[in-house]
Amino acid sequence: MTQVERHAYDVVVVGAGGAGLRAAIEAREHGLRTAVICKSLFGKAHTVMAEGGIAASMGNVNGHDNWQVHFRDTMRGGKFLNHWRMAELHAREAPDRVWELETWGALFDRTPDGRISQRNFGGHEYPRLAHVGDRTGLELIRTLQQKIVSLQQDDFAETGDYEARLKVFQECTVTRVLKDGDAVSGVFGYVRESGRLFVIEAPAVVLATGGVGKSFKVTSNSWEYTGDGHALALLAGAPLINMEFIQFHPTGMVWPPSVKGILVTESVRGDGGVLRNSEGERFMFGYVPDVFKEKYAQSEEEADGWYTDPDSHRRPPELLPRDEVARAINAEVKAGRGTPHGGVYLDVSTRLPAEEIRRRLPSMHHQFKELADVDITAEAMEVGPTCHYMMGGVDVDPDTAAATGVPGLFAAGEVAGGMHGSNRLGGNSLSDLLVFGRRAGLYAAQYAAGLGGQRPAVAQEQIDAAAREALRPFEAGADVAGGSGGPGGSGGAPENPYTLHQELQQVMNDLVGIIRRAPEMEQALERLAGLRERSRRVGVEGHRQFNPGWHLAIDLRNMLLVSECVARAALERTESRGGHTRDDHPGMDRAWRQVNLVCELAPEGAAPEGADGQPGQVVGLRKRPMPAIRADLLALFEREELRKYLTDEELDG
Amino acid sequence: MTHTAHFRVWRGDADGGGLQDYDVEVNDGEVVLDIIHRLQATQAADLAVRWNCKAGKCGSCSAEVNGRPRLMCMTRMSVFQPEETVTVTPLRAFPVIRDLVTDVSFNYAKARQVPAFVPPKGVAAGEYRMQQVDVERSQEFRKCIECFLCQDTCHVVRDHEENKPAFAGPRFLMRIAELDMHPLDAAADQGLTRAASAQEDHGLGYCNITKCCTEVCPEHIKITDNALIPLKERAVDRKYDPLVWLGNKIRRREG
Repeated sequence: MTQVERHAYDVVVVGAGGAGLRAAIEAREHGLRTAVICKSLFGKAHTVMAEGGIAASMGNVNGHDNWQVHFRDTMRGGKFLNHWRMAELHAREAPDRVWELETWGALFDRTPDGRISQRNFGGHEYPRLAHVGDRTGLELIRTLQQKIVSLQQDDFAETGDYEARLKVFQECTVTRVLKDGDAVSGVFGYVRESGRLFVIEAPAVVLATGGVGKSFKVTSNSWEYTGDGHALALLAGAPLINMEFIQFHPTGMVWPPSVKGILVTESVRGDGGVLRNSEGERFMFGYVPDVFKEKYAQSEEEADGWYTDPDSHRRPPELLPRDEVARAINAEVKAGRGTPHGGVYLDVSTRLPAEEIRRRLPSMHHQFKELADVDITAEAMEVGPTCHYMMGGVDVDPDTAAATGVPGLFAAGEVAGGMHGSNRLGGNSLSDLLVFGRRAGLYAAQYAAGLGGQRPAVAQEQIDAAAREALRPFEAGADVAGGSGGPGGSGGAPENPYTLHQELQQVMNDLVGIIRRAPEMEQALERLAGLRERSRRVGVEGHRQFNPGWHLAIDLRNMLLVSECVARAALERTESRGGHTRDDHPGMDRAWRQVNLVCELAPEGAAPEGADGQPGQVVGLRKRPMPAIRADLLALFEREELRKYLTDEELDG
Repeated sequence: MTHTAHFRVWRGDADGGGLQDYDVEVNDGEVVLDIIHRLQATQAADLAVRWNCKAGKCGSCSAEVNGRPRLMCMTRMSVFQPEETVTVTPLRAFPVIRDLVTDVSFNYAKARQVPAFVPPKGVAAGEYRMQQVDVERSQEFRKCIECFLCQDTCHVVRDHEENKPAFAGPRFLMRIAELDMHPLDAAADQGLTRAASAQEDHGLGYCNITKCCTEVCPEHIKITDNALIPLKERAVDRKYDPLVWLGNKIRRREG
């Protein structure tokens, strides 16, 4: 029997970014004892990287804005593959979620009349993004962090214990969701600092773990983004949807090599920055797709007029949704019109006075100066696409954020699927975190409270199996060194987790990247199977205390599982839409809009599951029809526009 | 351009340790954190280090490089001569956990001791009105990424463990200044004078404005000039203001 630390809570939130912290605040405010599991230190989550802003139709800068316009933009951005109900709730509730932050101490940039300022962003019809310079994510995280501290201060005043109702477990990683029958009974994980294993018994678990970018070589994502929640859900029996849709942000740094992929905020373009190729041509005018033709400027003159007079000019094409811009940059570089380091030029230096650039884009100015020796007030940046955001995720009920098929499991933020369809608009992520983080916390609290004393139990054999799985990398090293062959009977030398990770990133980058082809994805699936086999022999040195090699060995399971979902779904979808571009199927197909691809863990027996508890990992894929969009929401669009996305039967039905 | 650099990295744990020598490849454009990662991948798989964003935004990879508190992700290798030995050690003001990772819980404990923002009564969400010029003062301090380099370098605690209980450190004194300058903070309505509390409860008096915190701040926040000195002035103004003195006397008599 494995000895582990034991705790018990009403609600456990896995992840401490925007969605996780917002969920935890909500659960605690409903009086439930809540634990937050934080993979890093409290306040370091990847949310701090969000730069541009929070999309919410407050209408502070342009009074024409309202939730219906925001809903429309979101559906267009996602090419109508969004779950309409999530897009509706998001658009309706985002303003309240932003205003609420002010009551917790957030300090957004202001309009001249003292309200929250809002900026333009790709795909948003009106200036809509509440922001703080270009460090909005940091403001969001700090505000939520400080709200949590303030709730802890209330509890301290009442009980003498800061952690009486709300505890943050820092630098802890969850490796399994535990179940009693179908229902969630808790989580299993390890403490980085000590290497100790722990179990938290809880009837409700909110996954808020973010994305999967670390499976790709060029990414804007931090080390934590290893698809943990996606994998935890799959392993717990919950399906994932839309896994083929990955957003490659058009503007990542391309030089120097060590910072390749780091984000260059879209605000650079929202505030006037333009894209040029090596011939000095402002090339985006040649890449406006038919569905967006009426909305975007045809000439530089018209585009430039928009910044000061948006009512009588159309938008510059640099502000097309991200998938369009990323593909355009990719095409320019491929055609030989790229920069020396394989990107294109993003120039704001000839568009705004230096002082204005420093004021509006302080962290970009800082980032380029410190990391690339480039002064963006005097010269152009070199940029190219970088893996940025996973649209796909846990299949959830739109209203409650409950995962399909696993009572007690909830998901919010990037780890949840459906909200953004095939492509997310900039600014819609931070608002998503707040809207659905709150909902997940609320309904997790209601679920836990509704159980009364009838809580699912944690079974010892699940703890033992989870412990064996977590500790295998140590045994693998020792077994192989002792000549007895690795677990799973594979034999051979122990594998280095860093080497496997690098190979995985290369496979995903080269074969399932921004432009996809069937033979390459088939090859990727073969290579992933090989990596999975080798990953069973991953061995680590040293002991359990703060051992990064061990942590990576555990994260590899998740990245391999998620990568397989991405490759399988991407191979299956024979069309191009949003964050999924098929070179061999370049057109968007209205028939495919009606279909979600659902990934599930293959049923037991079908997969080569080892006796050691290693998951089968061969994922099954099935098609599921999309729910019909409610009539009053469809009526927000012109019929001509709908015809581009919906089939005739859908329109007439 | 590639060269081999000589690194000395502190390895060990709470029971002790020492500097270990490594020769490691360095490529054009790399930062110290890249080199630490290369050591992990090729020579020291279990070398413990904290990091997250690798873009100077999360404040996780704080360490001392050649004795100076820095973010490893923002320290370019080009600032060193190729033949120069680069020494990387953990933050000195905090207890070592392992290798370059220290126990920074001191900071989280101090954060809890600073009373939170108090929303103004009678102002509904959505009705907050503030001028840009007024929010900018506090916004400067909210740029803080909590790397704790200022806490590490501050001589009040760097070599004086005994001062820790009474001293919040630059980061959290700045937090008090931030709330004090927040245009709508209503702490005063609850009887909390933030500047006075900084002096009486959080050890502002220990600070003798040597500006070491400002020097190491990777966000270039003027901690001393813009947060600590104004906070000291307000604390002092209050303490020696005869009207405040009289008010306190009267209030006490009433209570």
